[in-house]
Amino acid sequence: MTAVYWAAYAMLGGGALLTLVRLALGPSLLDRVVATDVLLVIISAGLAVYAALARDPTVVPVLVVVSLLAFVGSVSVARYIGGMLVHAPAADDRGEEGR
Amino acid sequence: MNEIATVRDVVAIVLVLAGAFLCLTAGLGLLRFHDVLTRMHAGTKPQVLGILLIMVAGAIRLQGWSAIWMLLLVAAFQMLTAPVSAHMISRVAYRRRHVRRDLLLVDEIRSGESVDRVYRGDEPADAPPEQPAASLRASRREDQAPSGGSPRAGE
Repeated sequence: MTAVYWAAYAMLGGGALLTLVRLALGPSLLDRVVATDVLLVIISAGLAVYAALARDPTVVPVLVVVSLLAFVGSVSVARYIGGMLVHAPAADDRGEEGR
Repeated sequence: MNEIATVRDVVAIVLVLAGAFLCLTAGLGLLRFHDVLTRMHAGTKPQVLGILLIMVAGAIRLQGWSAIWMLLLVAAFQMLTAPVSAHMISRVAYRRRHVRRDLLLVDEIRSGESVDRVYRGDEPADAPPEQPAASLRASRREDQAPSGGSPRAGE
């Protein structure tokens, strides 16, 4: 059982660490949004792994909150970047040429 | 209680390890792929399949229906919201040119690029489909009119 604990948490931790590297490197804001989304998913997966392996149901409500937060966060940042795109003056000029 | 005793425990442990492995592959893909779209492709593996596997493992291991219903709720919510957020992020990524277009095999938006550029999703709802850009510009002009005299004051 201890080996299962170690293997699962090592894989989750490795994934979270690589995601953090992408979060720090990420050339664009969207890369960081994707990395944050994946990081929250890995965190909730770690909580669920703890709940499953230790037979401890107290962390299960936290999973609902974390998955809700991941969705709201990524969608709001995507909307924000889309709004920056719409109101950029250069995009407006190109749109007229396109017709 | 916490030992591997039955077949159910073995199944749950295999599912947990598979889900954790998917999280590791997501990290690897996120670090090694080229642009936003391929990174999203790597990132959706734990978002759907990994979470589902670990939820099934939790449902096998945990006792009591309340925990199982909550895990089911998380799984259903994840499967509902992952496509929505992925759609929004990829749309913005394509329009902001965060996509390596030379690596795309099929690019269906590019052939109709002018159309895609004209429909920016910010038009008034009654914009005519032939000239959505014109009505967008008109509405923006109304927005930018000096606030002292509202352009719609005559109404």
